[in-house]
Amino acid sequence: MKKAFPILAILTAALLGYAFYEAMFVAPTDQMQGDVYRIIYYHVPSGWTMFVFFFTNFIASIVYLIRRNPKADAVAVAAAEVGLVFCTVVLVTGPLWARPVWGIWWTWDWRLTSTLVLWLIYASYLILRRFSTGGQTPVLAAALAVFGALDMPLVYFSIWFFRTQHPQPVVGGGGSIDPSMLRVWMISWAAFLCFGWLVFWLRYRLEIFKREVEETHSLEAMLEEPRFR
Amino acid sequence: MNYLYAAYAATWIIHGSYLCSLAIRYRRLKREMKDLKPRP
Repeated sequence: MKKAFPILAILTAALLGYAFYEAMFVAPTDQMQGDVYRIIYYHVPSGWTMFVFFFTNFIASIVYLIRRNPKADAVAVAAAEVGLVFCTVVLVTGPLWARPVWGIWWTWDWRLTSTLVLWLIYASYLILRRFSTGGQTPVLAAALAVFGALDMPLVYFSIWFFRTQHPQPVVGGGGSIDPSMLRVWMISWAAFLCFGWLVFWLRYRLEIFKREVEETHSLEAMLEEPRFR
Repeated sequence: MNYLYAAYAATWIIHGSYLCSLAIRYRRLKREMKDLKPRP
């Protein structure tokens, strides 16, 4: 992976560039919303990518709770952090679309509120990991992640089961979208997924390296104690 | 159109800032490791 990384990074950058071109210049303009609707080519794929990483965190947390595998814990941390970055993008681009289309930046409907709660849950998860120093931190964090993941179906299905200000589902929910728009959506999602995966890999490697440094610190501390001399 | 540009710019500012934070953390850890290693 280390050797392939620069090639994958170049390919991902090219794919992101192509997705941008498709979103800005190829996708047809929406009759109702005009060009501002093109925000969905960043907003929605970022949301889907966010789900992929939070789900990865959920699975890795379960694996850690069962097997106490440190690599699963490292995957969980990396996935939570990358997922939170994508969730931030969703929460920033959403209001930027809502302001010209709805006339308001924010409303406390099911979809928006549950997404904000999801962001807060994973921010808490990362704060717990950052500031808790006890040996049980990974277990507590994994438990929090498993319970926190319960918010994911609520976010996803909120627009199916509740009346919300947020648009109803157009993929798999009975709604429809123009095939040319769907195509650009998928290209954009593929690009963000590749980008997210590369960032996730970097974060995972950083977590492994951080643990190596911590272990070396512990060894140093042990060697400096008089009884080990 | 301004909202569209703002959304696209915000997306890349968020991702760019995160990548910068990763680079800073990596550099800090590398320095820490370097300080720890020279012991004979």
